[in-house]
Amino acid sequence: MLSYDIVIVGGGPAGLAAAVAAREAGTQSILILERDHELGGILNQCIHNGFGLHTFKEELTGPEYAYRFMEKVFEQKIEYKLNTMVMDISADRVVTAMNKKDGMFEIQAGAVVLAMGCRERPRGALNIPGYRPAGIFSAGTAQRLVNIEGYMPGREVVILGSGDIGLIMARRMTLEGAKVKVVAELLPFSGGLKRNIVQCLDDFGIPLKLSHTVVDIEGKERVSAVTIAEVGPDMKPIPGTEERYTCDTLLLSCGLIPENELSKSAGVELNPVTSGPVVNESLETSIPGVFACGNVLHVHDLVDFVSEEAKKAGENASKYVRKTLASSDKESIKLVATEGARYTVPVTINTDRMDDLLTVRFRVGAVFQDSYVSVYFDDERIMHLKKRIMAPGEMEQVILQKKKLAEYPDLKTITIKIEKE
Amino acid sequence: METRELTCIGCPMGCQITVQLDKGEVVSVEGNTCEKGDIYARKEVTNPTRIVTSTVVINGGDKERLPVKTKNDIPKDKIFDVMKDIDAVTVDAPKKIGDVIIDNVAGTGVAVIATRNVEIE
Amino acid sequence: MTYDCIIIGAGVSGSATARELSKYDLNVCVLEKGEDVCSGTSKANSAIVHAGFDAAEGSLMAKLNVEGNEMMGQLAEDLDIPFKRNGSLVVCIHEEEKGGLQDLYNRGIANGVKDMRILDKKELHEMEPNLSDQCCAALYAPTGGIICPFMLNIAMAENAAMNGVDFFFNTEAETLKRDENGIWHIRTNNGEYKTKYVVNAAGIYSDVFHNMVADKKIHITPRRGDYCLLDKEMGGFVSKTIFPQPTKLGKGVLVSPTIHGNLIVGPTAIDIEDKEATATTAAGINDLIAKGGMYVDNLPVARKVITSFAGLRAHEDAHEFVIGEVKEAPGFIDCAGIESPGLTSSPAIGKMVAGIVCDLAHPEKKADWNGKRKGILNPSGMSVEERNELIKKEPAYGQIICRCESISEGEILEAIRRPLGARSLDGVKRRTRAGMGRCQAGFCSPRVMEIINRELGIPTEKITKSGGKSVIAPERTKAGKGGEA
Repeated sequence: MLSYDIVIVGGGPAGLAAAVAAREAGTQSILILERDHELGGILNQCIHNGFGLHTFKEELTGPEYAYRFMEKVFEQKIEYKLNTMVMDISADRVVTAMNKKDGMFEIQAGAVVLAMGCRERPRGALNIPGYRPAGIFSAGTAQRLVNIEGYMPGREVVILGSGDIGLIMARRMTLEGAKVKVVAELLPFSGGLKRNIVQCLDDFGIPLKLSHTVVDIEGKERVSAVTIAEVGPDMKPIPGTEERYTCDTLLLSCGLIPENELSKSAGVELNPVTSGPVVNESLETSIPGVFACGNVLHVHDLVDFVSEEAKKAGENASKYVRKTLASSDKESIKLVATEGARYTVPVTINTDRMDDLLTVRFRVGAVFQDSYVSVYFDDERIMHLKKRIMAPGEMEQVILQKKKLAEYPDLKTITIKIEKE
Repeated sequence: METRELTCIGCPMGCQITVQLDKGEVVSVEGNTCEKGDIYARKEVTNPTRIVTSTVVINGGDKERLPVKTKNDIPKDKIFDVMKDIDAVTVDAPKKIGDVIIDNVAGTGVAVIATRNVEIE
Repeated sequence: MTYDCIIIGAGVSGSATARELSKYDLNVCVLEKGEDVCSGTSKANSAIVHAGFDAAEGSLMAKLNVEGNEMMGQLAEDLDIPFKRNGSLVVCIHEEEKGGLQDLYNRGIANGVKDMRILDKKELHEMEPNLSDQCCAALYAPTGGIICPFMLNIAMAENAAMNGVDFFFNTEAETLKRDENGIWHIRTNNGEYKTKYVVNAAGIYSDVFHNMVADKKIHITPRRGDYCLLDKEMGGFVSKTIFPQPTKLGKGVLVSPTIHGNLIVGPTAIDIEDKEATATTAAGINDLIAKGGMYVDNLPVARKVITSFAGLRAHEDAHEFVIGEVKEAPGFIDCAGIESPGLTSSPAIGKMVAGIVCDLAHPEKKADWNGKRKGILNPSGMSVEERNELIKKEPAYGQIICRCESISEGEILEAIRRPLGARSLDGVKRRTRAGMGRCQAGFCSPRVMEIINRELGIPTEKITKSGGKSVIAPERTKAGKGGEA
């Protein structure tokens, strides 16, 4: 059996940043397993700009951003295997993988970093009625076809879902000569960035219809028309509001799902809200020595935050194998998200193991204007941060100080909620 | 007097901003709730610019397409002229990030550069 | 050339008939309007092998159902396809309707169904703990089973092809007539085919062909059935196939594990006129979401669905299989009105129809007929050592293409290279399951397209989902704009 100190599952932005951080923290024996034929993950197909403002203070395209990390992986001679699918991870950190050259092989890992990313919600999971012809793509699949393979999925396009990938693809298809007729969004607000709504839709006169969904797909062989309708507060289509668009393509940008099948089979506990692993302050899952970061942990809005989070996971994995991650019998503090806050990452904090500062990331469940992010230590409100605007599409964060927590030795629960005043 | 309606891109608030123009000069900016909105609106009505990203055909490479971007912003009304030039280009592998693909795209004075490495297959 | 027998339709009935006829010294071909076998009713149904207590006593349906059920075990073994007798339960939710179970039991006995039992509430809930509390009794038929309709259909057709039957795809029979010498001329979009005997296994269109030649007309109503397929995570929610008590319109909405470990909920039963209208409707899906939960507690249909689809049952007005030679059209043999339990009955249907042809043609048996067929190699059942041996010989088995179902490039290559091989994404999907998992081909479709392109030389712009006009990515970017590779 092969043996590595750290095995990283996935060579996208999270896996790359974790690998680089673990090496910089002093771990030599690292192996990245990537299922695609190149490193970089989904960033390779995100050829638009807008990445890296936080990390590099400049605006990069996806491939450029990925390459910044890939360069470090190459420079530091971190090992990686491409075209390699991880088939299983066991609770005692034996990773089973397979590729053409090595066949099926096992690796005993000192620590594992889960960085598998997420996948798109397919048409089938959306309960959209109608035919099942060619011409229905998740936005990411269409993005791969256009940007990497160089194929046009179609000429006349309707898009369901106004997530950022859908918006980006509306512009991308338009620039390549397609006609994007409408973007329909089930919710009364878009989960996409304002900048993308303006620069991907408004710039090209593409209408965005909020509170609308697809109610019929026509075309037995290839999509020939799509009907959308307005939905009421119950999310059900309102009869009489149907609008039919002739088109040959329907793109779906209706949410991302962390890809945790491997985590599940390993026995990692998952959070039903995020569909990602439950992690502690060290981004360690319920299985000791198994860490998680990036979109497999919770879906991020900006890749910069993925890199930041992955760096922590890589550092902590390195500490774990070097046995410098403090062991502690101290009872962990629970983090609870409520009243507007949907979840937190992490969900527990052991103060013995935390750094001086700990970033807690979370998302809100609705649009909040002129509201406060409040942090309670048990019943006492400790932080009260005014926010002009918070939206479900954007990740929020609060930073906890170790020295502040030290003032509350009996603290059981930290609660994060959104308050009007 | 000309009136322009804009959505601010500064934050998720997306303020609806109304700009009054007189002979191309900004007279007033309303609807914004912060300084960012004012700056954005003034720029957007007088000199809107964008980065254009796309791909070009590449021969002999280990990829089917080479992703590219305009090195700097180009005027917004030139987007489709820029695309016309990008669409008409064919390059040969190899290419490196930053390689100039088009010197002066659509007469904007801006270069189009490669955004990833493509090796010879 | 003049064929001895031409079968119209490569669904389960046509393919079973073709396989049976391939035992004899006959020139046989199958005309299929789709690009692949299993393109109509056979591809979209409950995937259940019914025990046989539903069909009316004394009916052909009852006879062929029970016979087909009995044949299925050996057939699945010969054709190397997965099949499991998981047993079925007809559950009763109203004390006062318990009598209905006894009626079903009695009918089953009359039809020849073996080993049935009526279960009381306690035994029922021990057997199936996720049933709702209102389920108070059930008819248990251990001979009920689950099967993969694609694999059954494909395997029968492949085996027929191995034994000399020709298959012509994208070949739609349009009209047919018998000349003065008793030879049938079938006009198709691909020219004329001649034959001594015709088998009308045209599924939903079988009334059209019947009515071209017969005096006594039949009428087939496409009866649409919507289905929801749930994530494999839910596959163990029930172990048996759960039926409600039957009504006039059919067997009702069942909840069942599938042979591949998903959970299926369906069908609705909606009579329509359009023989091509396989679109699901919101009403249909909502109906399933509501009914799926009636017998099974906390069944998260809406949340765990990975795809929904609709199939059309070929419902003949008399609700009976129409099998036999049409008197006034000698040599024209019907195999019409094959609705549920058609999939179960198909081996018996094939045998019966072939028998009719043989009674007319008196052919010799082939000495070299081989009724066995190996399925596509499935490495997931192998030990690590075996798998590595295989990858060393054939590295393509080391490359996973479909992550959800863990399907390797080697399996996809085999699906393409076999007799009657796959030529489209759906063709690959039905043979290997690549694209049938929870991401519904979002991940693997560009990769499968690349393999089809490489293996068959079909330009990527021409690769289809399922033949015809169902192209996936119709043109290259930059095409016609100057930037040309």
